[in-house]
Amino acid sequence: MKDKLLDTINKFEPDKKSSPFLWTLYDGLHTFLFAPNHVTKDGVHIRDNMDLKRTMVHVVLLLQLCYLFGTYNIGHQHFLAIGEYTGFLEGFHLKFLYGFWQLLPIFIVAHVVGLAIEFYYAAKKGHSIEEGFLVSGALIPLIMPPDLPLWILGLSVAFAVIIGKEAFGGTGMNIWNVALLSRVFVFFAYPTEISGDGVWIAGFENLELPNSPVEYGWVHLTLFNGIFDYFGLATFDPGWYVMDGFTGATPLSLGFQGGWEAITEVYTQSAMIWGTIPGSIGETSKPLIIIGAVFLAAIGIASWRIMAGMLIGAIFTGLLLNLWGATPFMTVPWYHHLYIGSFLFALAFMATDPVTAASTERGKWIYGFLIGFFGMIVRVINPAYPEGWMLAILLMNTFSPLIDHLVLRKNMQKRLASA
Amino acid sequence: MEIKDNRLRLGSISLFLMSLLVVYPNIVLAGNDSGLDLVTSLIIATVIIVFGAVIFVADNLLQLESKRQMEGKDIKIDASLFPKDFKVSSDKLPTYIPRDRYFHLNRGFDINLEGKPENKILETPNISNYSVLPADFYGLAPIPKIVPDEGSSVLAGDELFFDKRSPEIKFVAPVSGEFVGIKRGPKRAIHEVNFLADKEIKYKELPAVDLETASREDLVNFLKKYGGWVHLRQRPFDIIPHPEDVPRDVFISTFDTAPLAPNLNFTVKGESAAFQAGLNLLNKLTDGSVHLGLDGRGEEMPSEVFLNAENVEKYWFKGQHPAGNVGVQIHHIKPIKKGDVVWYLHPHDVIVLGRMLTERRYNTERLFALTGAEIKPNAYVKTRPGANVNEVLSGLEFRDDNVRIVSGDVLTGDKKERDGFLGFFDDQVTVLMEGNYYEMFGWLLPQAVRPSLSKTFPGFLFPDLEYTADTNTHGERRAFVVTGQYEAVLPMDIYPQHLIKAVMTNDFERMEGLGIYEMSEEDIAICEFVCTSKMPLQKILREGLDIVNE
Repeated sequence: MKDKLLDTINKFEPDKKSSPFLWTLYDGLHTFLFAPNHVTKDGVHIRDNMDLKRTMVHVVLLLQLCYLFGTYNIGHQHFLAIGEYTGFLEGFHLKFLYGFWQLLPIFIVAHVVGLAIEFYYAAKKGHSIEEGFLVSGALIPLIMPPDLPLWILGLSVAFAVIIGKEAFGGTGMNIWNVALLSRVFVFFAYPTEISGDGVWIAGFENLELPNSPVEYGWVHLTLFNGIFDYFGLATFDPGWYVMDGFTGATPLSLGFQGGWEAITEVYTQSAMIWGTIPGSIGETSKPLIIIGAVFLAAIGIASWRIMAGMLIGAIFTGLLLNLWGATPFMTVPWYHHLYIGSFLFALAFMATDPVTAASTERGKWIYGFLIGFFGMIVRVINPAYPEGWMLAILLMNTFSPLIDHLVLRKNMQKRLASA
Repeated sequence: MEIKDNRLRLGSISLFLMSLLVVYPNIVLAGNDSGLDLVTSLIIATVIIVFGAVIFVADNLLQLESKRQMEGKDIKIDASLFPKDFKVSSDKLPTYIPRDRYFHLNRGFDINLEGKPENKILETPNISNYSVLPADFYGLAPIPKIVPDEGSSVLAGDELFFDKRSPEIKFVAPVSGEFVGIKRGPKRAIHEVNFLADKEIKYKELPAVDLETASREDLVNFLKKYGGWVHLRQRPFDIIPHPEDVPRDVFISTFDTAPLAPNLNFTVKGESAAFQAGLNLLNKLTDGSVHLGLDGRGEEMPSEVFLNAENVEKYWFKGQHPAGNVGVQIHHIKPIKKGDVVWYLHPHDVIVLGRMLTERRYNTERLFALTGAEIKPNAYVKTRPGANVNEVLSGLEFRDDNVRIVSGDVLTGDKKERDGFLGFFDDQVTVLMEGNYYEMFGWLLPQAVRPSLSKTFPGFLFPDLEYTADTNTHGERRAFVVTGQYEAVLPMDIYPQHLIKAVMTNDFERMEGLGIYEMSEEDIAICEFVCTSKMPLQKILREGLDIVNE
């Protein structure tokens, strides 16, 4: 069966010289379907079974937990804003399909734009498609607000992949985390789309205006409602509008205004931990992220040193800010900081990107610690935007070669001093 | 020695934690107006830190004082107030291992393959084709000068060829018989110098050498003239040593941790006299000492040959591969610095040198391990380096035809065709499956269990599982992505990934600073095995060594 399939596929191999684009596409699909038949030469005769595809796919697999919850949470937040089906499992089919229909285009646009650019450069340079975008492409939808216009998303992905990665030479050569680069592009180019209280909940004309009506399209009102009617389930109602007094503010912006008390007036602690709060699509559910982080660290794909360093850095800075206590946000105890924002998501999936992190073991501790430190500073002290991990990680991406350089210089000095 | 003095570090951490313990509850309680205020808790923390610092300083002074008083005396006293070793359980050592000469290397990776050699010797097959391969020696010019005429008969130990750049270093015939000619490769480089061996090997008789009276120069000339010199290898660069260099030290590793490695305790049995003679000879050639790295893993007591060796410094190593590599051992015993020259030898080469003195003939006979899951039986066979592969393997049963024959181990050995010859420094033949197959979704769901460092495979749960490996690369070459992987398997204070990057960017200063002189291809081979990006690290490192050597 396998051989037959292989023969059939091999018949379609295009010529590499005359049609490089087709060949790249063919090669990408072929190596996806079949691990190639290359054998070792000059050097070791046997190789470890691990390769980059497998490394990357484990991250993507663990992100699926965040995808599942994120999908549902988009719908859940939507209905919380309306004030209908406020129980977590009430209106399950509505919430899930609403979230799914919201997330699907984001996922598709992020992948189509990113992979198309990747294919183009792979063909142009004549090498095979590299796996780098597998993880970036899975991460980008999870760190975007659910209502982001798709053209902005496409633009940000194109920016991140071209300027952030291909300009430096492709997978493994980039200086900045590609996923975060796409987010920071939106952040600086279209700040109103990614900050403020109104952007974290999907499906309304303008959340910040009172009684803003819902936006449903043909799919919701005709397709989904038709199916729901057929099964006798509850349906989407185009007459819904935002509940009176609903703001959509995230715990962080509440905390910035009024400290821990202001946060707990709106959100319960358990809601913030389980993740039934507004935020970027994938970063809200802390237990699922912790599962991912522990698993990635245990199988050795993400560096536990970076995670531990970042945790220590954040706790340390939280303690310092608690001591200072000058603004309401500074008085929020450090242990609450660990779950009210996207700290854990950044810790598990963003800071640990091996390409952009420090590459020496000692450097990883320093790198993680400084991300924790700067991230907390930006989150608590920055007046414009109460979250800091994106900026902190990009900042430390910039400095990770310097950290490595210092660690290596120490090693070199030790060796040369004894010579 | 492997235990670093962690006292200061642990002390400062515990002080920090202690002060935090005092300060932190106060911060929380201060909010309720029931705790001490900030100033008071800071004062308490300061007092703790100052108090702790005083103790540490006093402790250090105590140690310094005791060291000063004990200077010159052969007593070691630990005057510190704190226990030296924070490890919960230290290694229980067998009685034959002295603790102060013991290194426990924590990093490394044993590739547990199927097809380990049993401790038994097969009947030697009839081997008539032998060859000396100039490519086995690094730094040799590709076209050496051949001395005997084609078709002439030679004795084992007769002069065979020499490098025109150092004509006094002779390469000699390993067997007696007819010199049947050379085989050339690209650019007229000489690939093989071939012999048809006699049934009974006849040896050229070497002059007697008295180690007591001979000068170093006499010994050097003796070795150069009668073929012993080329058994010496120099670090850095793995080349034949320059006769004018006096080595700082000589290092010999007496155990092999490579996959399917032969058991040297078994293969040197009965060679005590020759081994000791070789060691005595080496002692005369170096200003330093001869260091012996012994197997400290505790599973098997080293052979009497090694245990009872005299005139050597013995060190014990425990750890996974590459703990048995001489390069790793040198790094821990006495690292190679810029400008240093040390020699290293395989125990079998020491025995060859010893036999030149005791038997007065050039006799390279040794036991070769026939390993790998594709052949049966896996055992030893007595032959010589340069023997024809096909003839050596003639009595064995092959499981499959699609195999690769490797002279040496699977990490560092050379691929040989059926009509090829065993390498000069090897004592092992490995036969393994060629991996020229496609595997459907192999990167996600591999259809066989294979050795891997990665914990994404369940293999790490079964450390005793033996694998059959094949030569498939299991992935394509990529740029460096994963970090920390090489460091996890190389028990040296070296950053292999950065060293390799320094070679790639031709950064001479960095290569030196990051320790390229301490590295050799066999040491980095385990990193190449685990590399997720499938980088050819040995090849890159060799380029770097060649650059630095020039």
